[in-house]
Amino acid sequence: MSSIVSYGSYVPRFRIRAEEIAKEWGENPENIKSGLFIHSKSVPGPDEDVLTISAEAAKNALRRTSLDKKKIGAIYVGSESHPYAVKPTSSILVEALGLSYDIHSADYEFACKAGTAAMQNVMAMVDSGQIENGIAIGADTSQGAPGDALEYSASAGGTAYIIGKNGFADFNATLSFTTDTPDFWRREGEKYPSHGGRFTGEPAYFKHVLTAAKKMMERVSTKPEDYDYAVFHQPNGKFPTRAAKMLGFKDEQVKDGLLTPYIGNTYSSSMMIGLSAILDKAESGDRILGIAFGSGAGSDAFDITVNDRIKSFKRKNAAGVMEQVNRPIWIDYATYVKYRGKIIMRGA
Amino acid sequence: MSEVPRFWRESRHRYRLVGTRCPKCDTLYFPPRVICPSCRRESVGKMVEEEMSGEGEIFSFTVVHDGLEQFKMQIPYIMAIIKMKEGPLVTGQVVDCSPEEIKIGTKVTATLRRVRAEGKEGIIQYGYKFTVTP
Amino acid sequence: MRDVYILGVGSTKFGELWDSSLRELASEAGLKAIMDAGVYAEDVDALYGANTSGGQFVDQEQIAALIADYSGITELNIPSIRIEAGSASGGAALMQAYLAVKSGQYDTVVVGGVEKMTDVPSEVATEIIGGSLDAEWETFFGATECSIAAMIARRHEFEGSAKRSNYAVFPVIAHKHASMNDTSHFRNVIKIEDVINASTVSDPLTVFDNAPISDGASALVISADHKKISNAAHPIRIKSSSAANDFLSLHDRSKIDTFKAVRKSTSSALKAANLEIGKIDGIEIHDSYSIASLIQIEELFGKDAKKMTEGDDFYYNSSNPLNVSGGLKAHGNPLGTSGLYQAVEATIQLRGKAGQRQIKDPRNYLIHNMGGLGTTSVSTVIGVD
Repeated sequence: MSSIVSYGSYVPRFRIRAEEIAKEWGENPENIKSGLFIHSKSVPGPDEDVLTISAEAAKNALRRTSLDKKKIGAIYVGSESHPYAVKPTSSILVEALGLSYDIHSADYEFACKAGTAAMQNVMAMVDSGQIENGIAIGADTSQGAPGDALEYSASAGGTAYIIGKNGFADFNATLSFTTDTPDFWRREGEKYPSHGGRFTGEPAYFKHVLTAAKKMMERVSTKPEDYDYAVFHQPNGKFPTRAAKMLGFKDEQVKDGLLTPYIGNTYSSSMMIGLSAILDKAESGDRILGIAFGSGAGSDAFDITVNDRIKSFKRKNAAGVMEQVNRPIWIDYATYVKYRGKIIMRGA
Repeated sequence: MSEVPRFWRESRHRYRLVGTRCPKCDTLYFPPRVICPSCRRESVGKMVEEEMSGEGEIFSFTVVHDGLEQFKMQIPYIMAIIKMKEGPLVTGQVVDCSPEEIKIGTKVTATLRRVRAEGKEGIIQYGYKFTVTP
Repeated sequence: MRDVYILGVGSTKFGELWDSSLRELASEAGLKAIMDAGVYAEDVDALYGANTSGGQFVDQEQIAALIADYSGITELNIPSIRIEAGSASGGAALMQAYLAVKSGQYDTVVVGGVEKMTDVPSEVATEIIGGSLDAEWETFFGATECSIAAMIARRHEFEGSAKRSNYAVFPVIAHKHASMNDTSHFRNVIKIEDVINASTVSDPLTVFDNAPISDGASALVISADHKKISNAAHPIRIKSSSAANDFLSLHDRSKIDTFKAVRKSTSSALKAANLEIGKIDGIEIHDSYSIASLIQIEELFGKDAKKMTEGDDFYYNSSNPLNVSGGLKAHGNPLGTSGLYQAVEATIQLRGKAGQRQIKDPRNYLIHNMGGLGTTSVSTVIGVD
C-alpha cells in the first residue's frame, strides 16, 4: 500500500490568547480554558491565506525529501476557506511549488476533513499505479463570528503530505464513515459559519469519530493498546480528549498530537497537523491511529505504521510543528479583528 | 478594470524567485533579464531560467510609516533590499517581525504571501516576502 | 558651433495652488519668460514642455500641445514636444532645447516645465511619485520612492560613510534660503533637531527629509539669434549640458549608496564647459531627499563632502552656495518643473538680481537635475562670458 514519503506543516506566527477574546465579550476566560480546553489560537497575518499557508506547508514537505518534483503526479488541497470561490488554489500551487504541468489537481471541500479526503484520493491513485507520488494538503484560515464560541477556536494552519511508494510510514488501511448530519455549515456568500450548538457534540463529532475508530480497529484487528499514538480531529481540546478516553486510549497516546489548546482548530489541517507533530518524534515500528472529522458529517480513519526508512528521513530539513508552535507573536483583539477583516473599511 | 495579464506573466518569478543566468559570464540576474548587461548580444537568446533558494540576508531596510494605500493593513511595514545567497539583490518586505528584531546582516528566508489584490472582487497577486530565519 | 543664451526666465509661485490649473500655471510661466526675454510669440521656433506625470495627476498627456494651445500660439503651428525623464524632465527638456538651438535647427526656443500635483490626495501622489521606480520589482512589493531613499541612508550610515546630521543639515539650509525667496512653497526657518524629530515617513527619514508635493511651472527662452541676444537685458550663456543614466532600480547597482550617473554627468558637463568644480560659484542640486543631497555632494566634492556638511559652507553668503533658491525641499518640488526652476534661479543669480539671497559676484553656475534616485542625471553649466 501507499506510504508517507514526506510531510510538512505551517502555523502562522500570530497568536491570540483566550483571555484577550473573553475580555471583549464579558466571558470568564477560565471557562474557555478549562471548559473548551483552549488557551490560545493562531491567527493568519493580513497577507496570509489558504494558498500561502498551503505553499509553506508543501515547501516544508519538499525540503525534507530529495524526491524529484517532476515525479509528483497530483496535488489536491482541502479547505473550507479557499481564497477564491471559483479559481482553484491547487493550480496556483502547481506554479508556486514548481511542479510539472502534467499533473492532476483539484480543490476539495468537506468542512474539516477535506484534507484527509485529499489524502485518501492520492493514496488511491498511488495504489492504482496512476501516479508515482502526489501531494495532499489540508489548510484553513477559518472564521468565527464575533462573540461566537468559534472565535476562541477558529484558527489557521496547514499540513501537506507527499504520498507515494517506499515512504517512511506505511498506510495499513483507510476507511470513511459518512451521514447527513447538519451540525455546522456556511451558506454561499456568507462570511461566518453557523452551528448547531450542543448538536455538534454527541450526534455529530462523537458518533462519527467513535464509529470510524471502532470500524478501523475492527478491520485491522487492533485494540487501543496496540497503538503508540492516536490523533483525532480537534475542534477544541475537550472533544478529542473525551473521544480518546471513550475509546480506551491513554493520555500518553494522544498528548503529542493534541495541538488545539495552543494553536486552536486549524480545520482541514486539524488531524493532519496532529499527525505531523507525532511524525516529528515517531520512531521505526510506531503504530498510529488517525481519525479526522468533517461536519456535515463524516470521518476518515487511517492506520499507519512507521518503518525503518524514518532513520534516514531528513526531518530536520524543515521546522517541526512544536518549533513553530513555540514561536508566537502575541496580538491583541484590536489587531486580531483588523487582520481578520472584521472591521468595516472604506470601499469595502 | 483588471490588469491580469501583466501580473500573470511574472507569476513564476514572483512565486519562486526564478531569475535568469547568463551562460557566458555565469552571472545570475534577478529580476530576470533577456539581455545580460555585461555580455549583451552574446547573451541574447541564451539566458537560462534558474530558481533561487530563497535564502539571503538584509542588505538595507527601512520601516515605512507613510506607505502605499495597498499596504495600509501592514503599516508600518518593513521594506528591505535582500542580498540573496546566489548573489542578486532583491527588494521586498520583511514580515512577521518587529523592526527591533532585524538589522543589516540578519538572515532571512523567502515566503510566499499575498502582495496585492485588485479590490475585493479582483485577482489576488501573490509574491515573495521575507521572514527572519529562525 | 554657435553659443546659446538664456534670454528670459519666468516662474509661478510654487506650493499648493488650489486656484490654478495645469494649463494656467504653464501659460503664466511661459508668458513671463517671453516678456522677460523681450521677444514675441512670432519669434519662437519651437516649444519643449517638461512634465513628469500629468497623465496620472490630472489625466492629461500631450502636455506640450496643451501648453502651446493655452498660451495662444497654436495658430503659429510651431513644433511642441513633451520631454519626460521622471523628475529630471525639466533638466532633460532644457538639454534638448539647448541641443536643438546649438545645432542650428532652431534659433529661438521656449522650454517650459509644469506639474500640478495637488489635484490628487497625497497618498495617491505618493503612488505616482513611485512611478520613477521599477513598477514590477519595487513598487509592486510596497516600495515608495522615500523608502528607497531611506535604504540608501541606512546603508550609507552602516558603511560608516555618514551620520544622521551629515544629511539632516540639507533641509535646514534649504529652508533658510527659501525664506528669502518670495516664490517659495515654504518660508519658515527650521533647525536640525526639527528635521530629526519630525514624524517618520520611512525611517530614518522624516517629513523634513522629503521635498514637498507642490504645484508650479517655470519657463526659459533660449536663443542663438545675435540680434535677440544683443537686445536682451541680461543674456546668460549655457556653457554645457550633459546627461547620464544608471540602472532604474537600486537593487541592480553594484553599490547602492553612490550615484555613478551623477559623477559622470557632472564631470562631463564641467569638462565641456572647461571648468573645474572649484570655479563654480553656485550650485543647485536635486534635493528631493536629504540623503540624495549628501550623495550628490559626495559625487561632486569627494572626500571633502562630509566635512563641508559640518560647517556653514553651503549658505548663500559662504564659500560654496548651495540651493540658494530654497531647493526642491523648501522652494518646492513640482516634479517635471524642478530642473527648469534651477535654471531660473541660476539665471537670476548670474544677473545679480536675487535680492536678499544674492550670492557674491557669481560667474558660473552648475545645476543638477535627477530622475529617481540617481537613475537619470542631467547637469548644465550656465554662466556669464
